[in-house]
Amino acid sequence: MATITANPPRLGLPGLLKRPAVRKLLLLALAAAILVPLADARWASGTWPGALTVDLSEPLAKASDWIIDNRDSHPLFLYFFGHVSNVVVIAVRAVYLTLLAIGWAGVTALGALVAWRVAGLKLALGTAAAFLACGLLGMWVPTMQTLALMVVAVLASVVVGALLGLAAGLSDRMDRALRPVLDTMQVMPAFAYLLPVVLVFGIGVPAAVLATVIYAAPPMARLTSLGLRGADKEVLEAVASLGSTARQRLLTARIPLARKELLLGVNQTIMMSLSMAVIAAVIGAGGLGDRVYQALASVDIGAALAAGIPIVLLAVVLDRVTGAAGERLGAEPASGGRLGGLLALAGVVAVAVAGRLAGRLDWPDAWIVNIAEPVNRAVDWMTAHLYSGVPVIGGTADWAGHFTTWVLDPVRDGLQGLPWWSLLLIVAALAWVIGTWRTALTAVLAMAAIGVLGVWKPSLDTLSQVLAAVAVTLVVGFAVGIAAARSDRLERALRPVLDVFQTMPQFVYLIPVVALFGVGRAPAVAAAIVYALPAVVRITTQGLRQVDPAALEASGSLGATSWQQLRQVQLPLARPALLLAVNQGLVLVLAVVVIGGLVGGGALGYDVVFGLAQGDLATGLVAGVAIVCLGLMLDRVTQPTERRAKKGA
Amino acid sequence: MRVRTTAAIAAVSSLALLTGCGAADMTKQASPFANAQGARTVTLSVQSWVGAQANVAVAQYILEHELGYRVDTVQVDEVPAWDALSQGRVDALLEDWGHPEQEKRYVDDKQTIARGGELGVTGHIGWYVPTYLAKKYPDITNWKNLNKYSHLFRTPESGDKGQLMDGSPSYVTNDKALVKNLKLDYQVVFAGSEAAQITQIKQFAKEKKPFLTYWYAPQWLFKKVPMTEVKLPPYKEGCDADPEKVACAYPHTPLEKYLNADFAEDGGKAAAFLKKFQWTTEDQNEVSLMIAEQKMSPEDAAKKWVDSHKSTWKKWLS
Repeated sequence: MATITANPPRLGLPGLLKRPAVRKLLLLALAAAILVPLADARWASGTWPGALTVDLSEPLAKASDWIIDNRDSHPLFLYFFGHVSNVVVIAVRAVYLTLLAIGWAGVTALGALVAWRVAGLKLALGTAAAFLACGLLGMWVPTMQTLALMVVAVLASVVVGALLGLAAGLSDRMDRALRPVLDTMQVMPAFAYLLPVVLVFGIGVPAAVLATVIYAAPPMARLTSLGLRGADKEVLEAVASLGSTARQRLLTARIPLARKELLLGVNQTIMMSLSMAVIAAVIGAGGLGDRVYQALASVDIGAALAAGIPIVLLAVVLDRVTGAAGERLGAEPASGGRLGGLLALAGVVAVAVAGRLAGRLDWPDAWIVNIAEPVNRAVDWMTAHLYSGVPVIGGTADWAGHFTTWVLDPVRDGLQGLPWWSLLLIVAALAWVIGTWRTALTAVLAMAAIGVLGVWKPSLDTLSQVLAAVAVTLVVGFAVGIAAARSDRLERALRPVLDVFQTMPQFVYLIPVVALFGVGRAPAVAAAIVYALPAVVRITTQGLRQVDPAALEASGSLGATSWQQLRQVQLPLARPALLLAVNQGLVLVLAVVVIGGLVGGGALGYDVVFGLAQGDLATGLVAGVAIVCLGLMLDRVTQPTERRAKKGA
Repeated sequence: MRVRTTAAIAAVSSLALLTGCGAADMTKQASPFANAQGARTVTLSVQSWVGAQANVAVAQYILEHELGYRVDTVQVDEVPAWDALSQGRVDALLEDWGHPEQEKRYVDDKQTIARGGELGVTGHIGWYVPTYLAKKYPDITNWKNLNKYSHLFRTPESGDKGQLMDGSPSYVTNDKALVKNLKLDYQVVFAGSEAAQITQIKQFAKEKKPFLTYWYAPQWLFKKVPMTEVKLPPYKEGCDADPEKVACAYPHTPLEKYLNADFAEDGGKAAAFLKKFQWTTEDQNEVSLMIAEQKMSPEDAAKKWVDSHKSTWKKWLS
């Protein structure tokens, strides 16, 4: 989202960094010299040795059977999960019925009112337009379903996240305990949450809401804790010197001082729950995601897009409104006073009542614009003309073939051909050089866990796809990012494009990527690139723009050309941001591995989908855990010591 | 507005009551989106293929327009649909391709699901090549000759073997075992979703390229891309009992309907109608083609079929 900001981590000067890095590598080489011959003698094999794996399929299958057999009788389900599920159903239903009762005119007016109060007139108009567009596309009811689900999920996430964040912000012990958990959740792809939740709650809205809460609460917790901890020491001391109790200090100083972070947390939570609410269509969440998913069955890209556009609109509007609310904090509302607000509220009520009296609660059918047909025709034309036989450059299918044969295959075979211990060594070396021995240890353990789970080979297959996708993403992303940083006009033009690609549900582009690249790993990589590119472009642009203007001016006055400036001043100074871009690129690419499984990517992504589709906990969960381990490993290997605060949704 | 607000208040207070005391059986909870307009609701599960959409579209149309029900649909794969059916999250599954394990667990042991009779359509899974290819190489339609032609089916994804394309992970398949046990020089490539598989088949067909794919009938795509089945060693009862050792073709399966046990008992007219719902492969294909090829909305397609086949569906209502 637009809120992925470069949070420049502090890094030692390159000169100083060199010596410790060399020392670390020497130490590692020494350890390897002792351990490797031992390991190799004991378990001599190229891939992960069978003796070191643990087969979880039996216990997992048993666990899943037990749950199914006891779901309607065991007290744990009757007295705990049952109530949780009940509350969710009733809450979502209450919101949904309220939205329907207000009618389309009322909801639109209410949305605009809220946007006006917190974010100003321009965004209010945008909000109204977005709601009307949802109606025009014939998606009013699904939009309301998604909205109802989201309202409940966001409220729950914010409450849960804020409580956790409060605990972590106030107690150091709690912080130490929570941090690794939140870190892990940060790299966990959304799909990995679905399977365990479905098993306990069955398909349907409760499972979807809970998966969403689990997915969306961590950023709130993280940012709350950050905000509480970041409060100005002097202010706190001043408040303390006035003789206030700890509780008063918290309520009157620390929480108000953390407002910005809290709102940013809400923003992140909203964005993440929207993306999850769509993915949760796979487990019966209904709403817009379901429409996208159903359109896939008849390979109807136009219909999928008609449901995808409201999602994009909702996402952009929610992001802008909460973002603007955060920026305007402290400033007085620009337009009208309290009276204006009351009048506007009265207006909303009037609109809702008028809509009711006119019997126009549902969006009128006559006002629906059918975009499916023209879109389908355009896509057909595109795929028919680009797929193959384009003179000179060849068709997209040929590119995909070459990419598979010349890039994906060698990388995969290379990774799978390496002895298992050497991969662990490489991971350790990379992670240690860039981070601390702790991060290195986490990375190695995560990698080893993959082997222990017995999914070494498919994981390396997935890893090869991720690496290839990230490489392309970075090359393209840096190029576009640099260009955008140098031209305001390009940046403005890119903004909506990036918004669309970042928020469009990935289901929508499944069909176009297959139509262009055929079935296989190449379209999976393409989908991942489309998804990860916007974040990389954004972070790069932002990082370059934040470079101290004084440094630029100084180099300019020394007569450096703009190319020299870029290479010798901007890029080195933006290094932290670029590293963050690499890291985000990896995490995001990994997040769509499962989507890749839907277009022939195979490996772990396919296994997760298989687990969901066949109710096979053993396959699905193990593959999900392996994806998480890969994510942890990649995150540690690319992340400089300082932790970043936010998660790109 | 008042009615619904009262409903909301009632809902919230009943929530307070419920959480205050006693057990909550979540296997008895309906979808929060059901019954929104205060009508009786039936929830049907839709599977990801168009044939299943056609069943549901027609059933939905008749339930809504003839019997006055409101119908909600949920898209779920078959195996999770069994689970949802058992929990009452959905009321009916109209097209099941045979899941003996689930049948035993839910129908015979737990008795939470009731059989709803046959759909009237017989399903068959098999390996198919495009008819233009079968005309060019007539002997390709026997599995014994597949190795001879494996070079035709090479793709970047399958390397130096032939590619056998499989579809969605939710489908019943023995293909990996078949390739191994029949010693075929092929690699199974999973398209991962039916959407991806159909898109790829269409692309191949547009260029008249050879391909070998797992496919099933009845399916609307046959009308668009004519395909010929490759003969595998004949199916005998029980030859697919051990999934590792399968070396025979897929059976012809009469597709079955299943209802939630409680719904089957108290579902009134809707349950009686769904039990009687039975049509032919041609009927289903007609509706499927309208949805998939003419891109009609399932509702319009169902209306068109219902308007022209009165005698067929009148029987379901008697």
